[in-house]
Amino acid sequence: MSELNDLEQRNNRVLRKLVIGSVLMFGFAFAMVPLYDVLCDITGLNGKTSDTAASGEVQMDEDRLVTVQFVTTSSGGMVWDFTPQVRSVKVHPGEITQVNFQVKNPADHTIIGQAIPSVSPGLAAPHLLKTQCFCFDNQTLLAGGEADMPMIFYLDPALPKHINTITLSYAMFDVTERVTGNKDKLAAR
Amino acid sequence: MTAVAAHHDHHDDHHHAPHGLKRWLFSTNHKDIGTLYLWFSFAMFMVGGFMALVIRAELMYPGMQVVDPEFFNQMTTVHGLIMVFGAVMPATVGLANWMIPLMIGAPDMALPRMNNWSFWILPFAFTILIGAVLMSAFGDGNPSAPNFGWTFYAPLSTKYGPASTDLFILSVHMMGISSIMGAINVIVTVLNMRAPGMTMMKMPLFVWTWLITAFLLVAVMPVLAGAVTMMLTDRHFGTSFFDAAGGGDPVLFQHIFWFFGHPEVYIMILPSFGIVSAIIPTFARKHLFGYASMVYATASIALLSFVVWAHHMFTVGMPLAGTLFFMYMTMLISVPTGVKVFNWVATMWRGSLTFELPMKWALAFVVLFTCGGLSGLMLALTPVDFQYHDTYFVVAHFHYVLVSGAIFSIFAAAYYWLPKWSGVMPNTFLGELHFWNSLLSVNLLFFPMHFVGLAGMPRRYADYALQFADYNWWISVGAFWFGISQLLFVAVCVLCAMKKGKKAEAAPWEGAEGLEWTVPSPAPFHTFDTPPVIK
Ligand code: HEM
Ligand SMILES: [Cu+2]
Repeated sequence: MSELNDLEQRNNRVLRKLVIGSVLMFGFAFAMVPLYDVLCDITGLNGKTSDTAASGEVQMDEDRLVTVQFVTTSSGGMVWDFTPQVRSVKVHPGEITQVNFQVKNPADHTIIGQAIPSVSPGLAAPHLLKTQCFCFDNQTLLAGGEADMPMIFYLDPALPKHINTITLSYAMFDVTERVTGNKDKLAAR
Repeated sequence: MTAVAAHHDHHDDHHHAPHGLKRWLFSTNHKDIGTLYLWFSFAMFMVGGFMALVIRAELMYPGMQVVDPEFFNQMTTVHGLIMVFGAVMPATVGLANWMIPLMIGAPDMALPRMNNWSFWILPFAFTILIGAVLMSAFGDGNPSAPNFGWTFYAPLSTKYGPASTDLFILSVHMMGISSIMGAINVIVTVLNMRAPGMTMMKMPLFVWTWLITAFLLVAVMPVLAGAVTMMLTDRHFGTSFFDAAGGGDPVLFQHIFWFFGHPEVYIMILPSFGIVSAIIPTFARKHLFGYASMVYATASIALLSFVVWAHHMFTVGMPLAGTLFFMYMTMLISVPTGVKVFNWVATMWRGSLTFELPMKWALAFVVLFTCGGLSGLMLALTPVDFQYHDTYFVVAHFHYVLVSGAIFSIFAAAYYWLPKWSGVMPNTFLGELHFWNSLLSVNLLFFPMHFVGLAGMPRRYADYALQFADYNWWISVGAFWFGISQLLFVAVCVLCAMKKGKKAEAAPWEGAEGLEWTVPSPAPFHTFDTPPVIK
């Protein structure tokens, strides 16, 4: 009898370890989310810019000119017309620049939009710093409403030397449902 | 002997096998469960194969003929899912169940009741998944079955996924739980149940490769479960893991998926390496060349498989350093893989080769798997992958390694061990027909895919540009030929199950070594109740 109990105990011990192991790996899948965000923050892997305002105090590097291009799209069923005022600007690193983006809501109800930025090449992302951006918060437009949304940015002079053109793209998402928790159109309000 | 006596009150029917439906439903016997797994995976192979034929019927001619594009997408999706999770994986688990206890001299798997669970979850999981397809097929495409590809990338599967995505999520969870339980059982069995004297480095290579596979499963199936859980909460509970609008990132999905996905492809191929390493020495009548290096090569393939996942994502816009890292790591994997191929060749070198059916399949495996490995190397080169990615070249690559690789090795295993399972030799005439037809048709089916892929035909579309028409006609002919050839294997298996055929001796293959050949054929219900003596 003792031999069998002994085997059963040894089996249970390995079983326990493996169950713990698989639960940990399940947790690891979720740990990949913050891990990915941190890695992206550090390296700019996925071209995300910071979602908080930068201080704006930095030395200007007048010897260098970098082209910054602006691209806009309305994603995932968003109906807004969304365009940058200028398609591109040439700036010195450290130079503070304002660009306005125009939005118009052609729908007959209120829509809340959220712009999500992405920078290409991704390595430039941590060096594109914004002191003010419409993308820091969501925006509400009444039916037929229009707005000029400002974005103020500068480039960190530490921007790698080989990068001469940066594309900043904004995708505008309809987040009405997400924000209000209401699946019906906001027309009634 | 205490061990035998104790064993007796553990199983109430020590001396007679239980009968009828109950025998299968409540079975805790590794051989019965192995048989269930093998028949189940064969059934799924036929269902998934039927879906492949729907795909090829549509693609036989340019333009739309057979199904509409929405249903076509559901077919590619569910075909992939069924073949990966329903055909290849359960087949290798079935082989593990049957062979590992016999190979290490154990009376059964270590956790027999869990074994019963891991199998019986599967039919339910696949009923749910296939149910979604049937609803779509007989409901005029409404509701749609999962239609986002077997890789279920977000946001296709989250924001844009059909309602049946939730059935899919449930079904994947169940498959995952089943695989994890199966893997745990293998690990506990191999670590604790070996007969005295069966040291780790004496274990047959099939046991080794399955042990390592099992560790891979325990490591990555939970990650897959995590990914589908995140999909579920994104779809219904307001999270935004993968939704850019809420601050998430769809590219993150791909990282999590392929962190599972690449080890998963090795989960499907490592047991095959073990099978081939058992068969080639038998029919070369030599010991396996470089046993220890095979073990280390398998282990290093498994370890490396965790650091190559982003070779599936070269085009998502990773920084240069990232693509370089993943490119070199991927190419590094082909070193241990090459070690294996060279060891098999060296085993055959100056052996007294004979070419019985298992050997034919094993040799076809070595050659065709290597073809697939070489196209893999081409894909591993980042700059060229930008051209090849998401074309039929990728489809050709993974079908060479999976169909003429994994599945051919499973056929090899079946022909090799069927005498032990059933007590009769598989029918040679049908077997030869099956082999030659499969060998020729599989190449007609998959080889031209390289050409249309290089010429730019994208995968996962229901139609194609006219210049690809001739090749696609031939590919479809190959597909139907291959599909029909598999009916021969149905006949082979049914004949064996009905015990029709030449009676098999305990050791039917002259050069075979290993404990499984020391028990009678068919293997009795209980074996190794008293541990065998190992030299
Ligand atoms: C020398 C070994 C191998 C190398 C270098 C390799 C490399 C690659 C690369 C780079 C891709 C991505 C292609 C693309 O999407 O653009 C790929 C795809 C794939 N490989 Fe391999 N591979 C190897 C072996 C295997 C094996 C052994 C299997 C499975 C048994 C496998 C299964 C797959 C599958 C299923 C895909 C496609 C996944 C999908 O997008 O649906 N590969 N391989
Ligand atoms: Cu891979």
